[in-house]
Amino acid sequence: MKSSFNVRTLVAALVVAGLLLLPLYTSLSGNVFALTLFTRIVIFALAAASLNLIMGYGGMMSFGHAAYLGIGGYAVGILATEGVGSGFIQWPVALLASALFALVIGALSLRTRGVYFIMITLAFAQMAYYVASGLARYGGDDGLTIYKRSDFDGLINLSNKVQFYYLCLFCLFGGLYLIWRIVNSRFGMVVRGLRSNEARMQAIGFPATRYRLACFVIAGTICGLAGALLANNTDFVSPAVMYWTRSGDLMVMVILGGMGSLFGPVLGAIVYLMLEEFLSQVTEYWALILGPLLLLIVLFGRGGIDGLLGRFNRG
Amino acid sequence: MLLVVEQFLNGLQFGLLLFLLAAGLTLVFGIMDFVNLAHGSLYMMGAYFAATFVAWTGNFLIGVALALGATLLLGIVLEFVALRHLYGRDHLDHVLATFGLILFFNDAVRLIWGPAGLALPLPAWLTVPIAILPGIHYPAYRLAIIVVALVVALLLYIVVMRTRLGMLIRAGASNREMIGALGINIKLLYTLVFGLGAALAGLAGLMQAPILTVQIGMGENILILAFVIIVIGGIGSIRGAFLAAIFVGMIDTLGRAFLPDLLRKILSSAAASTAAPALSSMLIYLVMAIVLVVRPEGLFPANRR
Amino acid sequence: MAEPLLRVEKLVRRFGGIIATDHVSLDVAHGELHAIIGPNGAGKTTLISQLIGQLTPHSGTIRLAGRDITHVPVYRRSALGLARSFQITSLLPDFTAIDNVALAAQARDGHSFHFWRSARKVPHLRKAAQDALDRVGLGHRAGVPVSRLSHGEQRELELAVALATRPQLLLLDEPMAGLGVTESARMVKLLQELRREVSIVLVEHDMPAVFALADRISVLVYGRVIASGTPAEIRANEEVKRAYLGDQHAVTSHG
Repeated sequence: MKSSFNVRTLVAALVVAGLLLLPLYTSLSGNVFALTLFTRIVIFALAAASLNLIMGYGGMMSFGHAAYLGIGGYAVGILATEGVGSGFIQWPVALLASALFALVIGALSLRTRGVYFIMITLAFAQMAYYVASGLARYGGDDGLTIYKRSDFDGLINLSNKVQFYYLCLFCLFGGLYLIWRIVNSRFGMVVRGLRSNEARMQAIGFPATRYRLACFVIAGTICGLAGALLANNTDFVSPAVMYWTRSGDLMVMVILGGMGSLFGPVLGAIVYLMLEEFLSQVTEYWALILGPLLLLIVLFGRGGIDGLLGRFNRG
Repeated sequence: MLLVVEQFLNGLQFGLLLFLLAAGLTLVFGIMDFVNLAHGSLYMMGAYFAATFVAWTGNFLIGVALALGATLLLGIVLEFVALRHLYGRDHLDHVLATFGLILFFNDAVRLIWGPAGLALPLPAWLTVPIAILPGIHYPAYRLAIIVVALVVALLLYIVVMRTRLGMLIRAGASNREMIGALGINIKLLYTLVFGLGAALAGLAGLMQAPILTVQIGMGENILILAFVIIVIGGIGSIRGAFLAAIFVGMIDTLGRAFLPDLLRKILSSAAASTAAPALSSMLIYLVMAIVLVVRPEGLFPANRR
Repeated sequence: MAEPLLRVEKLVRRFGGIIATDHVSLDVAHGELHAIIGPNGAGKTTLISQLIGQLTPHSGTIRLAGRDITHVPVYRRSALGLARSFQITSLLPDFTAIDNVALAAQARDGHSFHFWRSARKVPHLRKAAQDALDRVGLGHRAGVPVSRLSHGEQRELELAVALATRPQLLLLDEPMAGLGVTESARMVKLLQELRREVSIVLVEHDMPAVFALADRISVLVYGRVIASGTPAEIRANEEVKRAYLGDQHAVTSHG
């Protein structure tokens, strides 16, 4: 069903081009702020894409995904504080810690379904928040300053804004590619099938839980990477990054962009974070506008931005 | 000994408060199949209204009564204007929409009352310690909370189990279409149930207000506990919510009170002071995890497979 | 006497005070097409659900090729050779016909922890799926999304999905439900062909089809098997006529 003029692909291509060329724009215009903003957007796009893997494709509505941002971030932060500054150690630890957390939480949470799954993932993420708040040695509630970004032995200098931006972009595109391969693979088919009709899948012989759990762990690991990137970006990590409203932000990005579409989370992250940025310039009380806006979107907007673009295709 | 009794009662009081909150949530979920994250915001509004009205009227009881009424009204308006359009939709839609409401309420409160939070001072007659046993005193207010919460729980039980309205509520939970077919005004029923849920949340909020600070975001912290209670207590079960709430309230209070000392006896002082706060906060979630492993449907689920 | 492929012994399942499956026993031999008939509410779907593993019986046993599968989980039974079609069409609506069948073939192809290669480009799965579709006459509709197939085609697709798991025993729960005259005739013809390759347990209301296809018939009334035998024996059975066929004859004679 491919029309020669596919709006979705066009928009995606434009966005990719824009993201690639952004540093050129910022160096020409001197608008450094845009680079900082978009580095943050790209990192959250990666996090949202990982959530989309389990939510959009897997049908697992996790309200605790921001926990991995924290775990990845704290892995970097704690190791940095303890004198281990090498990214070659910090980042694998971040990934491993995220994977382990996802494994345990997933194994427990996947014993439930629907709204209970939402509640439980929320509760466990909040637990992570409280644990982090209690880590007095690592800043507790106030958070942990990271004095030196992850060191990659001259391979890349994370303190250089442009290099760091491209690293984040590389992680985003790499992550998207990985997710694309996964969802079209045999594994991905099983996970998507389970979302579509679990009874049918069980009847033809697929045990549901182990595939869902694997998907959950993969998504958590990718988000852990985003967490490591985020900690480097802000030179700081605190429990607040795991607060449940952050998980809500990620969910909004996924849904806004269009669940179950590959590029949707990127669009969702861009729109949501730019909206947040724009509104907070206008008023200190931006949530007064964003809140009801979300409500309206739920009431009237179906399928997110991706869905909207899809309608342009048919028209 | 004194400390143990006191903490035990604190745990009971906390548990009962949690029950009021969880009961409202379970009712709305059970009858309308609606996931209301903004339930915590109604809890917060109850507290803010109470602090405001008590200060305006200068009378504790009148202020509290007004606050309860205001929260009830707020809940009804919310349902009527916005939330009723979401019945029947995907739970995810509910989550998203009510998440937006939380953001809205938090900022609205910040706009109207400022970021600092409020205090709700108690009248003198509620601050006297009452001798519940010879030699053991307990603050009158906390005792009042226990009594009021128990009375409300009892009333809830009577209404749900013994009245026609309650029968409709229970029937509605299992079969919505049938209720509609019986000619009952289902929209009105839903609005009433939502209002009841809001009132329960507001009551919990205003009762807790004098003890904890009234501040932005207080709803979200306690909402999580309400979720944990519903998961532990069991799907769709108010009785389960009651038992689980007491259980959770006890564990949380007693854990926070006695765990640090317990740890200090086992571990070194340094290790204990690092581990204790983290472990205390984790305790409830550990319990929930154990329940999930042993009985995923909860300890007292309403339906048996 | 050869070991039957399926042996159900004294199966019991209650729902609260109601006994839905009342000490049901039946045998299905290799290569047999065994029909289960009975009035609505007789407990046919409950029985099928226990055979497939969605419901656990309270007592009694189910044996497949001599092996006790009473408490084996749903997904394991497929590997043991059991496949089912659903009474209410249960496919993956977002996928195409061939994707649905390919997934079934994939389920029998070892584990699915393959993360890289596109599932649609695995030749042996694609071929197995296309073969199954050709078998039921849907070969030309392989690339069509399920939502766009007609009801009859969806019922046939259900069959293709079940076949792709290479079962020994096929449990068909009202495959003709909602089919028109032509489509029903097609389904009957299809089942006539399939019975040569695989044993079938068929739950159906369509009496002409049942009597045309079945080797043996069991009649279920209020959860109990009141008669079990060849079509001729069942037709002659007084108790069956009173309980069930009497009304049914009135219906079918009006066409």
